[in-house]
Amino acid sequence: MHLLISFFSFMALSIAFASESQVNRYSVKQVAEGIFYHQGNHEEANAENLGAIANVGFIIGEKCIAVIDSGGSFYEGELLRKSIRQHSDLPICYVINTHVHPDHVLGNAAFTIDKPEFVGHEKLPAAMASRQQHFARQFSEILGDAYKGTKFIEAGTLVQVDSPIKLELGNRPLVLTAYTTAHTDHDLTVYDVNSSTLWTGDLLFVERIPALDGSINGWIDALETLGERDVEMVVPGHGPAFDGKQSKGWQDLLHYLTTVRKEVRDIINDMGTIEEAIASVGTQEADKWKLFEEYHRRNVTAAYVELEWE
Amino acid sequence: MSHSLITQATTAEEDLWSGLKQTYFGDREIRENAEDILSLEAPTRAEDAAIVPISVKSVQPQTAERYIKNIHIIIDKNPMPYSANFHLSPTLGDIDIATRVRVDQYTDMRAIAEMNDGSLHMVSKFVKASGGCSAPAGKDMEAAMARLGKMQIRMREANIGETTQAQVVVSHPNNSGLQFDQKTRGYIPPHYVKEIVIDFADENLITLEAGISISEDPSIRFSFTPQKHGVLKAMVNDSKEMTYSSDKQI
Repeated sequence: MHLLISFFSFMALSIAFASESQVNRYSVKQVAEGIFYHQGNHEEANAENLGAIANVGFIIGEKCIAVIDSGGSFYEGELLRKSIRQHSDLPICYVINTHVHPDHVLGNAAFTIDKPEFVGHEKLPAAMASRQQHFARQFSEILGDAYKGTKFIEAGTLVQVDSPIKLELGNRPLVLTAYTTAHTDHDLTVYDVNSSTLWTGDLLFVERIPALDGSINGWIDALETLGERDVEMVVPGHGPAFDGKQSKGWQDLLHYLTTVRKEVRDIINDMGTIEEAIASVGTQEADKWKLFEEYHRRNVTAAYVELEWE
Repeated sequence: MSHSLITQATTAEEDLWSGLKQTYFGDREIRENAEDILSLEAPTRAEDAAIVPISVKSVQPQTAERYIKNIHIIIDKNPMPYSANFHLSPTLGDIDIATRVRVDQYTDMRAIAEMNDGSLHMVSKFVKASGGCSAPAGKDMEAAMARLGKMQIRMREANIGETTQAQVVVSHPNNSGLQFDQKTRGYIPPHYVKEIVIDFADENLITLEAGISISEDPSIRFSFTPQKHGVLKAMVNDSKEMTYSSDKQI
């Protein structure tokens, strides 16, 4: 780059440099041939980390590219798009959102320039509509400049529960499956047939404490079948991708959820209170999970109000 | 948030409260920091803004001569700050009542005891939580609607003359009217529980007048002392004039 510095262009350049270093710092890892993901930080979203706290990535076929989760801010969406362009010039045909949480969808608008089909669970549009005002208020404040440009873009291509759909990237089919209520009431997984890679969205958290925003019973049920699937590679919603023969990631999450469920049920059956549950349930899990303090008691609260209707 | 914003907010919060006080209580005097009359428990940091457990307790014995007649719950920064009014009877004995509320943003929360002589005594607490009112009603709206109107009275085996704890909970989405519906491109009309009446042996123990700040699946947990056998009865009326009821023999 040359430096033709008037005071004015100096300002513009320093912004360009900052974003260039951001781009250089924003790395993606290859999972298998043509599949890449950026591993999110185990932090709460903030202006410094640009909301890049979830796993997001892309799959390159012979004809086009699918993005799986667009990032936790407009800015992360742009960084992800730049990473894609470092690997391929093929058109971006699909942006798939595994569910509505901000760390997975706030980058959608960075891809509108590609005119992709936005794809999600049949209940994703409703979930987005009902939460977007709240998310906009919260995340514009949390993310500052990184939020600028963020738009809530609804999925136009919807996947029904019990009828998975196939997307074709050019000799590279993807199978999208929609679930009944688990982590949320609109979870979607993506399976890349060629490399036998399962992209779980937030149905699987590794290292980072899960967030329960759906149904603890439903999530446990979903995990019992998902963890049994015979796949080569797994990309979780949070934490490192791993070899499909390993089951630790699945087991840790299942152990956490079943522990919370059992202890909450015991308290409910003993006529104990929600406050008692929040104070005592699952505290022995604390050293196993990142961000335990931030999410665990919320999970217990959600589990309690679900399980008191059993 | 920067520090300058916080200091500005403090005065804004005082202004907010003086306006609310005027609206709900007019020129009546409210004695503040009334920890000698009642206590308010609420988490400093709410885990889930849509489900914030709070409880109020009386500090002095409730007698027929001097008792707390009403407890008003006000959540300053909620869209409808006046959140609950518990009408109480001296029959209830010492007050120990818990419920769950939504908290829309960081806010002061207040419990105001109105004594049978009409005097007002307030305790307050600052709660950090945000998004409880416009956040979607539930994690799974379909499951919630399927259970609408289902009720439970949960309690341990009660012994006559001994204080016991009971919980009345009704399955209800408690739609605040602030939740956006993607199908209709408009707001889901408010549909919430307006009143919960709890009687024991044909005497009223608690009547809760409620607004949209009460969490989905409204719950009241309370202590009482049955002095004889009788029926504990809970009746719920909602804003669409639907009624639900449940009872338990003691």
